[in-house]
Amino acid sequence: MFKKFLPFAFLIAIIYACSSTTENEPEIEDNFNRSEMLQNIADNIIIPAYTDFSTKLTNLKTAGETFTTTPNQVNLEALRTSWFTAYKVWQHIEMFDIGKAETLQYKFYMNIYPLTVADVEANISTGNYDLNSVNNHDAQGFPALDYLLNGVGATDAEILEKYTTATNKDNYRNYITDVLNQMNSLTQQVVADFKSNKATFVNSVSNTATSSFNKLVNDYIFYYEKGLRANKFGIPAGVFSTDPLPEKVEAFYKNDVSKELALEALKAVINIFEGTHYNNTTKGISYKNYLESLERADIGSAISNQLATAKSTINLLDNSFSIQIESDNVKMTKSYDELQKVTVLLKVDMLQAFNINVDYVDADGD
Amino acid sequence: MRNKYFKYNFNTQTKAAPLAVFRLLFGLMMFGSIIRFWANGWIDKLYIQPKFFFSYYGFEWIKPLGNYTYLLFLVCGISSIFVAIGYKYRLAIITFFLSFTYIELMDKTTYLNHYYFISLLSFLLIFLPANAYFSVDAFQKKKQFSYVPKWTIDSVKILLGIVYFYAGLAKINSDWLFRAMPLKIWLPSKYDLPFIGETIMQQDWFFYAMSWAGMLYDLAIPFLLLYKRTRLFAFFMVVFFHIFTRILFPIGMFPFIMIVSTLVFFDASLHEKIIRFIRSYILKSKTIVQDFKEYHFLKAKRKGIILFVGSFLLLQILIPWRYLLYPGELFWTEEGYRFSWRVMLMEKAGSTNFKIVNLKTGSSFVVDNTDFLTSFQEKQMSFQPDFILEYAHYLGDHFTKQGHENVGVFVESYVALNGRMSTKYINSKVDLFQKKQSFKHKEWVLPFSSEIKIKGI
Repeated sequence: MFKKFLPFAFLIAIIYACSSTTENEPEIEDNFNRSEMLQNIADNIIIPAYTDFSTKLTNLKTAGETFTTTPNQVNLEALRTSWFTAYKVWQHIEMFDIGKAETLQYKFYMNIYPLTVADVEANISTGNYDLNSVNNHDAQGFPALDYLLNGVGATDAEILEKYTTATNKDNYRNYITDVLNQMNSLTQQVVADFKSNKATFVNSVSNTATSSFNKLVNDYIFYYEKGLRANKFGIPAGVFSTDPLPEKVEAFYKNDVSKELALEALKAVINIFEGTHYNNTTKGISYKNYLESLERADIGSAISNQLATAKSTINLLDNSFSIQIESDNVKMTKSYDELQKVTVLLKVDMLQAFNINVDYVDADGD
Repeated sequence: MRNKYFKYNFNTQTKAAPLAVFRLLFGLMMFGSIIRFWANGWIDKLYIQPKFFFSYYGFEWIKPLGNYTYLLFLVCGISSIFVAIGYKYRLAIITFFLSFTYIELMDKTTYLNHYYFISLLSFLLIFLPANAYFSVDAFQKKKQFSYVPKWTIDSVKILLGIVYFYAGLAKINSDWLFRAMPLKIWLPSKYDLPFIGETIMQQDWFFYAMSWAGMLYDLAIPFLLLYKRTRLFAFFMVVFFHIFTRILFPIGMFPFIMIVSTLVFFDASLHEKIIRFIRSYILKSKTIVQDFKEYHFLKAKRKGIILFVGSFLLLQILIPWRYLLYPGELFWTEEGYRFSWRVMLMEKAGSTNFKIVNLKTGSSFVVDNTDFLTSFQEKQMSFQPDFILEYAHYLGDHFTKQGHENVGVFVESYVALNGRMSTKYINSKVDLFQKKQSFKHKEWVLPFSSEIKIKGI
């Protein structure tokens, strides 16, 4: 009897040995090194962008303090400049929904647009609001500043009136201060957290729902599809609605910068794909190299080419997307279509090659 | 001239123990599966949360029952226990078959070959005297039969043999054998397995070896299990193969169900040992019930049952070939793909978006799929034409009800198959709202255009 079961026991032992975790690091032969890729992305893209953004945001906060203490034309213009400089860097970090950024829901406090002006005005008039509330996601961040600096009056003189002579001028000033403090404090937490947990991030390369490699890829595609393709192009161009909605463009009140912001976001997307260092032309290891190592260089070049095509169609647009939509929306939807083609390549082809699920459905397969 | 190998005697009797053990283990496995499904929260996730469910053609009336769906699973679980212990067996197995099959028909998003296998097997078990021996029924009636007609056990073996053999036949195609697809995509992504992950899981030769071995294994295993000399070896193969695939892929209970099922091929002596073991160590019972030896079906019913089971098995042999009635590439159109034991043959993914058009004014908008589908449903819908059509109708009806006029539903779909670049999948100029669901060829699926063709069975 026992003899008969001996081979079973042996077999189970082998299988157990194969499936249980071992202490020794596996020898990496000629395989692609995912850790090295994450190292490049963390050291040369995420951290420099975070650091730069943190600096730009400090400058923005200082400019905000100067303006709220002395609201005049010069300080207003200086504040607008700092706002735009920081907003451009923001485009490079919105996609990283990792660590503290994810748990704090960082991006929901930084760049939800269109802004709900009624909420902002209500907050200001009562002077009683909680910016941590979910209801105020669309009443703060860069879009709120956009409105407060460019949209509260038709002319600069009218805008300045709100901060100088209006009866609730203090509330207006306080709102700017509070929004900036909120942005700044969240950013400090997110940046510090990522820097201190970098080693964990770089080494988490398993093919599981929670590994940083899989999350990064998923966040990347999600950002591309939602943050870039839909929010900046599809929604205002009316792709998802019966009529175009030009008032839903990013930075609607400043207005003439929506293209520049979108191009900056596209640049961030290209940088990650090709491993290009932040604010630099040096290239390190990234998704494209991973595709090459999987013998799918064809997907890599298809994505690079299509991103370039999308970029050149966007370059033909007006600096203001809302003006573009109202004058000739076909050009706007054309840009959307080119961006959509990249979505297919990323979501279908690249994910298939990486064999990562878009979502983590834990049901069985067969 | 009748060869002795082709002569089959339906009157031959054989020991009932293998059938009894099969019933017991099958029931327990099913009970385990239901518990696991429930514990994983899948009832809620798959059958309560979604707003919309994909139906099988002709079974649109089968839908989840809201919170009563839990009751359905409860009934299914309890009946599986009754099957296991052989208590009110006929009623229990009918209840199990109906509740399990109802669950599977609620949403075809969750279709798995092994669920289909369980429906078929439980259907077959309705007609077999699996409670004749070592069951509560026998104990209560104080009579058992230690012999049953041999064909009853053979019919289970045939069904198992069909599953393996057809799974093997389906692997005889150029993608599987000569491109090592989809294993070449799946195996390297198991890089985080200890020891083998960064080594053999990355080797080209290993993908091919696995593909060929998998094909040969599936084709040979029913025969190796049938012959006494190779049986033990075959069983080792079964255990090894299924556990290995269990480590690699998320296939849940299936490997264990197959391992347990193949025990039916063994001689009755093994099953009698198992029964003796359970009797003396678990039940600790010394009760002896009267043994009536041979179980015979009622004369009036016998012929009918044999004919019925025979046609059922014949149908199983024919159904997988129905794809031959359709033009075009099977893997691409999936017409006749399901219910054919085509297991793990494809890595297929798609991106499919729907445009609601006012056919009079030409104005249109694109639907956000996440408004209506779960991510799992969207994933499955994106590359299967019958899903796409059903969903298109749902959207058309939905937006018409919302007050949109002259609604047309057009689709922009791209699909990638087994490591080929994604290409356009559905003719985007066809208004799917006007197309009816049927078993006919769907001419609005664009032909498979890749230069790398798929040749084979």
